[in-house]
Amino acid sequence: MCHHGIVSSASPVEVEPDIEESLTPDEVTLVATPWVTIVWNDPVNLMSYVTYVFQKYFGYDKKKAEKLMLEVHEDGKSVVSTGSREEMERDVQAMHEYGLWATLSRSE
Amino acid sequence: MSGFTRHRRSGRVIANFTGFEADLLRSLASQLVELLRNEEAAPHGQDPFEAMMDFSGPTAEPEDPVLARLFPTAYSEDEEAAAEFRRFTESTLRDGKARAACTIIDGLEEAGLPPQLDEEGLMIDVELDEPTAETWMRSFTDLRLALATRLGVEEDDEAYWEALPDDDPRAQAHDIYDWVGYLQETLVQSLAA
Repeated sequence: MCHHGIVSSASPVEVEPDIEESLTPDEVTLVATPWVTIVWNDPVNLMSYVTYVFQKYFGYDKKKAEKLMLEVHEDGKSVVSTGSREEMERDVQAMHEYGLWATLSRSE
Repeated sequence: MSGFTRHRRSGRVIANFTGFEADLLRSLASQLVELLRNEEAAPHGQDPFEAMMDFSGPTAEPEDPVLARLFPTAYSEDEEAAAEFRRFTESTLRDGKARAACTIIDGLEEAGLPPQLDEEGLMIDVELDEPTAETWMRSFTDLRLALATRLGVEEDDEAYWEALPDDDPRAQAHDIYDWVGYLQETLVQSLAA
């Protein structure tokens, strides 16, 4: 899988080159994992299926998977994972593979 | 029609379909494969040389609403990042979904569904190992998303569909959508057990 343009560097900390110099080490740590995967509610996917996917793909226990599923169902969306941009792109792609409606964005 | 169950001793996921049901599933899966493979990925790259040298995936959202739902935009507020994501994922996702639908078709035919269904009283017994059952489950999602998008299914709209006269083709299509949902529910329960 190519990830041109968004490929992670050798450094574990992913920061924009232009802001890197102006940040203190603590701030760099804060922006190191600023991305989230969001799953959105849709009128089609079964609650049991969504729970199954969260357990199977993320390895969450049933309780956590059900909690996230209910958030999706009742609040319209839920943050289902947090991590680097590259990791979140992998998660979003996996959710699309399962037919869930997922997006990624910077954590607020 | 009893949906899927897990066979206690072998651990396999089993279901019995009438010939009609199996033929219907095959037809839905075939239509999905056709849509995934035939609908051209949206064009990109206006420069002719660039277009010729570019073998990567599409960058724009598919025009067909079913495909747009199957391959949603990954970045809602960053068009450029969304295009890049699409370029590197959509082709892979398309292939995976087409292959999954083909797994259903092959499974039904291996279980005895003939190319042309003309036999009365035919029963098709499918027996799936766990990875194959999961592939069917994923593909049922794609089939349901496709049917729901075409029908315009919305949240909590059951009353609307129930009120349609029986001879309305949309009512019949919605019955099929419900049926695939039932199959998927029993498949999830079998796999989660």
